[in-house]
Amino acid sequence: MEYFLQLFLGGLSRGSVYALIALGYTMVYGIIELINFAHGEIYMIGAFMGLIVAGVLTSLGWPALSILAIALIVAVLYSAAYGYTVEKIAYKPLRSAPRLAPLISAIGMSILLQNYIMLTQTPDFLPFPRLIPELAFMDRFSNYLGTSDMFIIVTSLVVMIALTLFIKFTRMGKAMRATAQNRKMAMLVGVNVDQVISVTFIIGSSLAAVGGVLIGAHVGQINFAIGFLAGIKAFTAAVLGGIGSIPGAMLGGLVLGWTESFATGYISSDYEDVFAFLLLVVILIFRPAGLLGKQRAQKV
Amino acid sequence: MKDTLMRYVVKLVRQALVASIWLSFLTLPIMVIRVDTIEQTVTWRWMHLAYMAVGSFVLALAWYAMMDRRDRGQAKKDLETVERVSALSQFLSDPRFAKPLMAFGFLVAAAFPWFFSLYQTNILVSAMIYVVLGLGLNITVGLAGLLDLGYVAFYAVGAYTYALLNHHFHLGFWAVLPLGAVLGAFFGILLGFPVLRLRGDYLAIVTLGFGQIIRLVLENWGDFSYGPSGISNIDRPGLFGINYSVEQATTYIYYIMLALVILTIFVTARLKDSRIGRAWLALREDEIACQAMGIDNTRAKLMAFALGATLAGLMGVVFAAKTTFINPASFTFMESAMILAIVVLGGMGSVLGVILGAFMLMLLPEYLRAFSEYRMLIFGATMVLIMVFRPEGLVRAKRKVYKINVEAAG
Repeated sequence: MEYFLQLFLGGLSRGSVYALIALGYTMVYGIIELINFAHGEIYMIGAFMGLIVAGVLTSLGWPALSILAIALIVAVLYSAAYGYTVEKIAYKPLRSAPRLAPLISAIGMSILLQNYIMLTQTPDFLPFPRLIPELAFMDRFSNYLGTSDMFIIVTSLVVMIALTLFIKFTRMGKAMRATAQNRKMAMLVGVNVDQVISVTFIIGSSLAAVGGVLIGAHVGQINFAIGFLAGIKAFTAAVLGGIGSIPGAMLGGLVLGWTESFATGYISSDYEDVFAFLLLVVILIFRPAGLLGKQRAQKV
Repeated sequence: MKDTLMRYVVKLVRQALVASIWLSFLTLPIMVIRVDTIEQTVTWRWMHLAYMAVGSFVLALAWYAMMDRRDRGQAKKDLETVERVSALSQFLSDPRFAKPLMAFGFLVAAAFPWFFSLYQTNILVSAMIYVVLGLGLNITVGLAGLLDLGYVAFYAVGAYTYALLNHHFHLGFWAVLPLGAVLGAFFGILLGFPVLRLRGDYLAIVTLGFGQIIRLVLENWGDFSYGPSGISNIDRPGLFGINYSVEQATTYIYYIMLALVILTIFVTARLKDSRIGRAWLALREDEIACQAMGIDNTRAKLMAFALGATLAGLMGVVFAAKTTFINPASFTFMESAMILAIVVLGGMGSVLGVILGAFMLMLLPEYLRAFSEYRMLIFGATMVLIMVFRPEGLVRAKRKVYKINVEAAG
């Protein structure tokens, strides 16, 4: 039972990070029907920004928790700026192009960003400073749940609740939902669609950055290529939950996290990544609309 | 006139300045700061900021100028009804020039190993492998419009087929070559069947996942594939029991590849204008309309997948025989992305374009060693730029035009 609980909570923290990244995919897909292939790279850049800020502040001798807070804020701001810029360069000029064009441009952007980090920073793994202190009261749970796991779960929960409230109750959130339903119609009723798309990218990128910093601090090392796998897994999570659906992405992230956690715990750890891909393939083949998505007939 | 030009230039410079400042700010921390988290030291590289500012200004200037041209060109194109054909492509499609040109190209290719070193020949063999891979992917992506991001998996299937059969049963190159092609096709159909129902971008992701699964299995299933350390000492191709020296073998492989390239070019060029080729083009343009025209979508898609995979399987065998060593690291997603870049850069659907694209992407990095670090960076940037400014690629794919002589008919 203890082992089960351990896997369950490990899967929960892993899944929350997938969910954070998956939200970016699902929101962008919901609005412009594009798989933002460069999203994983935005997450990776978030982690690197966190690392750089943490490195500079550590050398200045700041306390750990304040470093974590500042690193998170800077990473979020910068990742949001990157997401915004990527959209302006690689996707906006292709709004009216055939469907494959923005996807290929997104793959190009992803390769570009990976190599940009590799060349300017390092091709090797960089150790990430321990930003999350071991809290004393967590001692008695330490068998199942580390402090950093708890941090990840709580932070993701807060962020996701904030996002849900934003989408539900603000003017911008309403505009986003309108654009997702029907872009032309939204334009007709006075929604500034370009602005909505920009905001979508900014929010999605910010969430990814939160995920990046948290996972960096949790795992303890990062490199330029972490975005690829995380991106695909998060995309799996988004598809699993039903792409375009925000609660779907959260649920999908958790399901994927648990699947991986239990599969590696009970079956074999060699094939950790294969499980995610298998799940993706199986879901797309048998239920392409995902768990919470609606099956829609294709119309002419 | 002069005044408007002035204003245009000022507008461009202002836009570029803003963009340059924004990009410099954006890249500042990552370009300038480098932290060593073990030693707890921070390096500040302010020179990078200057490079970035100047570089991004120049690039932004070019970007906005091209953007302006694109938008004007778009407006003009909307008014035109007849597609313009460039002088070059007209020249190339004229049989009076095309035939001697092809003959000349063939002669140069045939004489190449006699005049150039082993090293050069080797590079050209790799480039030719990528020509065939590009042409294979071109069938799936360029003609049928099915974005396959796991193409390299079929390449791996071919390579491991030869490597394993050679390792365990000492089967020769010529025996395995057709087998590699058949297995490639088999895996193509195996993947094709379940994913056919998926729409464009979902299909891309499933193929990507499939490619990763194959690689991960090869990496982890040590008993079968010898894991990450790979398989070495694979036999080079022989002919009726003759074993060649390294130099002779390279020349031999070169000619095998040359023959395969010519065969592939011939087959793909003929396929494009065939019944199934036209069905693929229709499928690419509009799936539902295509179905309504009575084309069997499933069959057409499966054919595209299988044929693309066949060529990849074939090339896998050649690749294993050429390098005599393979491991899963040769079959990563980046490899798929590079083959895709060849197709996209060359021009989706255009045979000539794909050949040019393969030679450019394979030969330029070889000869511009100084830039080899930046190779993937430039690939990525090129993919974005091509999509934005020249989605048809280097060479626009031409559709075969049937002209009817109205007077004679009437």
